[in-house]
Amino acid sequence: MTEEHPILETRDLTIRFGGHVAVDHVSCAFKRGTLTAIVGPNGAGKTTYFNLISGQLKASAGQVILNGADITRASVPERTDRGIGRAFQLTNLFPSLSVRENVRLVAQAKAGLGFDMFSVAESHIELIERAEHVLAEVNLIDSGEQIVSALPHGDQRKLEVALMIALGPQVLMFDEPTAGMSVDEVPIILDLIKSLKQDIDRTILLVEHKMDVIRSLADRIIVLHNGALVADGDPAEVIALPVVQEAYLGKVPEAA
Amino acid sequence: MLKTLLSGDNPRSKVLSLVLLAVVISLALAPFLFPGTKSLETAARICIFIVLVASYDLLLGYAGIVSFAHTMFFGIGAYGTALALSATGPTFLSILWGTGAGVVIAAAFALAIGLFSLRVKAIFFAMVTLAVASAFAIAVSQASWLTGGEDGLNYRIPRELTPAFKLLPDKVFGVRINGKLLNYYLVFFSSAILFIVMLRIVNSPFGRTLQAVRDNAFRAEAIGYRVIWYRTTATVLSAVMAALAGSLLAIWLRYTGPATTLSMEIMIDILLMVVIGGMGTMYGAILGATIFILAQTYLQNLMGVAADATSFVPFISHLVEPERWLLWLGVLFILSVYFFPSGIVGRLREMKS
Repeated sequence: MTEEHPILETRDLTIRFGGHVAVDHVSCAFKRGTLTAIVGPNGAGKTTYFNLISGQLKASAGQVILNGADITRASVPERTDRGIGRAFQLTNLFPSLSVRENVRLVAQAKAGLGFDMFSVAESHIELIERAEHVLAEVNLIDSGEQIVSALPHGDQRKLEVALMIALGPQVLMFDEPTAGMSVDEVPIILDLIKSLKQDIDRTILLVEHKMDVIRSLADRIIVLHNGALVADGDPAEVIALPVVQEAYLGKVPEAA
Repeated sequence: MLKTLLSGDNPRSKVLSLVLLAVVISLALAPFLFPGTKSLETAARICIFIVLVASYDLLLGYAGIVSFAHTMFFGIGAYGTALALSATGPTFLSILWGTGAGVVIAAAFALAIGLFSLRVKAIFFAMVTLAVASAFAIAVSQASWLTGGEDGLNYRIPRELTPAFKLLPDKVFGVRINGKLLNYYLVFFSSAILFIVMLRIVNSPFGRTLQAVRDNAFRAEAIGYRVIWYRTTATVLSAVMAALAGSLLAIWLRYTGPATTLSMEIMIDILLMVVIGGMGTMYGAILGATIFILAQTYLQNLMGVAADATSFVPFISHLVEPERWLLWLGVLFILSVYFFPSGIVGRLREMKS
């Protein structure tokens, strides 16, 4: 069997803000059908690394390669079209619209109907059905009519993930999906990520702080520290490394 | 049938439905219900402003774009038609090509402004539109060889649209069936069609995308919408609609000048009408335009009556003197914004639930 090409790869990916190097020559390849957890202390550059991959930030140097194509200079919508999906750390929804409309808009973008001015939006039943289907997956089906700004925080987090899933992307990027969720809601998202992992065509990148979550989900862990990639490997090995111990365990007693 | 016509976007409030029905019927039968030149002028003005205000709501309420160039597009439509009628004579063909030219020029201006400045912050776009609109107004008043300057243009319109054209020898319900009546119905039905088209646009997938862009442009990009193109398209569409409204005004008034089309005062009136009616509702344009123009036209008369009635009360009679009508319009506006922050339509819809 030949070695499979990685679906996503970053080569020497770097971004500088003035003199500060937020992401520093990060080279990493992600294989199809794997779940990679990205860990590191606060300010290590995890979210910035995500922003460089999904296009919200443009790299100062280096490359982002998706399916063999260089997308380093591509716009955010173009990367989305090419199969990158992103769920944001800070909830980022359409607040004055209903829950169902939020997801329907994603289905509509996916169907390429955004510029259709002559049909009535509600007449595209298939988009509404798609939205309902995704809402059922994240257990939000009963809140479909609610306006998002009035939604409880935990439900907003679920909707955040729903927007990404509705895109049906090849690469799913979760940025602390369970942050701020109540204890009984966390399993819903974790089960969802597990079921997405079953699909061998999907590649998942996960920024997460909860070590038990990472242990139960990740095939591989990479560690960022001050913007640089400092460790990469099997979860058990990486968690045992001193740098991870320091970042996640060593500092906890000091702080307390 | 009605559902299709309204694109499934019903008024969603009984009171609102009744009020809208009353306004539409009054406008449809205005020549018969309110005979007299002044009332017909007012009715036509309301029709035209409903289109103008709705086209601004498309931009402000749905796409969340603040522009001060809306009267410029209104003026381009009006001047296009006016110049064509002056240059090639009072024919329907002149109206057609003048309106067409106005629409094309308005669209080209909107496209240029949109592409150059919608990438940047909203406040910068607002400033650019303000600057362009002011420059345009000055250019029009300076180019008097073409536009008649501050005096504007007087011209003839096709005879079929003037009182001289008699359709029936006898009056019907006491109203002369002549070209003026035809002209009114041209304005009424054109406005109705344009409104229905805009109602469809805001309820289409495109209209929904505009709302998404307004709510959260960052996320709209992340789910695959090219925000700049949606904003630019919305700007162009609303400019085209405003130009068509301007063309109707030019045909109706037989006069086009800076004061009736390009002035900043009209721009502010449009803003007030959108806010009073309710942003992002379309129906708000109907209520906002109707109430505002009625107040503008009849508040003075009403206050005259009030001043006479209270002439024996020293302070009150001074307060309601007709020349203070702008003060009262201001008070009305502040009260309506205070009590109906979501506009009349928003308030009526909240009442229901």
